Amino acid sequence: MTATVAAAFRTVEPLEYYRRFLKENCRPDGRDLGEFRTTTINIGSITTADGSALVKLGNTTVICGIKAEFAAPTVDSSNKGYIIPNVDLPPLCSSRFRPGPPGEEAQAASQFIADVIENSQVVMKEDLCIIDGKIVWVLYCDIICLDYDGNLLDACMCAFLAALKNVLLPVVTINAETGLAEVNLKEKNPLTIKKQPVATSFVLFDTLVVVDPTAEEEDLASGTLTIVTDEEDKLCSVHKPGGSTVTEAKLQDCISRAKTRHKEVKKLMDKIIKSV
Amino acid sequence: MESAQRRFDSGDLPALRRIVCEQGPLSRPDGSVSWMQGDTSVLAGVYGPTEVKVSKEIYDKATLEVLLRPKVGLPGVYEKSREQMIKKTCEAVILGNLHPRSSITVVLQVITDAGSLLSSCLNATCMGLVDAGLPMSSLFCGVTCALDADGNILLDPTMKQEKDAPAVLTFAIDSIEKKILLSNLKGACSEEQLQQCIATAQRAAETIFRFYRDAACRKYSKW
Repeated sequence: MTATVAAAFRTVEPLEYYRRFLKENCRPDGRDLGEFRTTTINIGSITTADGSALVKLGNTTVICGIKAEFAAPTVDSSNKGYIIPNVDLPPLCSSRFRPGPPGEEAQAASQFIADVIENSQVVMKEDLCIIDGKIVWVLYCDIICLDYDGNLLDACMCAFLAALKNVLLPVVTINAETGLAEVNLKEKNPLTIKKQPVATSFVLFDTLVVVDPTAEEEDLASGTLTIVTDEEDKLCSVHKPGGSTVTEAKLQDCISRAKTRHKEVKKLMDKIIKSV
Repeated sequence: MESAQRRFDSGDLPALRRIVCEQGPLSRPDGSVSWMQGDTSVLAGVYGPTEVKVSKEIYDKATLEVLLRPKVGLPGVYEKSREQMIKKTCEAVILGNLHPRSSITVVLQVITDAGSLLSSCLNATCMGLVDAGLPMSSLFCGVTCALDADGNILLDPTMKQEKDAPAVLTFAIDSIEKKILLSNLKGACSEEQLQQCIATAQRAAETIFRFYRDAACRKYSKW
């Protein structure tokens, strides 16, 4: 009987329902306000890609595949390769997405990942150079959400980083006679990862901040905040796209939480990579 | 190309560039503003509250739409992400519940980009909303800070300063409690630097809010 009443309350007054829980410093799924959902990482899930990873954050599932191709560099930065992230939110992952060209959220997520790559210098673009001015590597990073249950950015960043660590690029030599590039598929080298950016997202409820929101919490909350830190505790992104206001003190708390999250993720990722 | 830019004297702060704001340059929109911050210039037009497409109708509040047009070419992913940020900032301050089932559209046209574009867009949007007479819970303003290689804070950087800086931070700050509505970081910085930039931005915001007030006063005062 009480269960049906609670379910009805949740349907009719979802925000009030949440507030009752938040007042007791917990959430309907049993987590406290600063607790992440269980994170699982699987590396090398796609054998046909040059690097791939599958990340689960509670129900949220994201897969990232990286494909390396040759490209001609631009004239003004002739020794730099490209990293092109693309986040796809297909109708499969949630009823809120329609088929067709990428929606606003997918575009914003793609731009966010691109910004973090640029800000953190995760891979030196010069490392992707094969022959100065002639050929460079372009890494197409396709990030596809399979199940959307909130906190897309954290899952995408995690999948992207894990997939990047999994990338093996073949050695390329230039045939002096023909002038063509020859790919030696037997000899492959991993990328040098300079920085390890990890994202931590929060949602704002009135004056409270809640970490790792589910889709339901994201809908009810009045604003979101994503902090990306690297292993030197430098901030690579403090992304707050509008929404309700936050004080400096609250922001400081969020940064501290993001730092501990960075350690958790790094530990997990190191463990997974060792086991592969 | 950039002219030697006169800067606003804001006391002990690194100074803002000169601000010029023309209210109501366009006749068709309900509110329009031409905003210049140094050589950066943005034109904003605000339509609303007007009719809304049924598919976009929200039963208990106004539907907000922000369109950002670049100087040349079509808007891309970069513009879309900026649009979304500006939209969410506006949503936090506009009293949308007063205009249910209607639409508010903000159109921003970049005329010149000479640095601090996002903050100029935010300022133009806020003045545009004021010019359109839309009810808001507070005003907001955008402030861009650049950190140079020595860690000095530069307010309202020019394009060149932005390019040379290891980190560029943009904040939107509300007028009542001076809290942070929007934050965006390009480059990397430390925690202390972030806090310093926030404090600087909050003080610079007071200068901008004073400018808003003066501009509105000038528009509505009669001889």
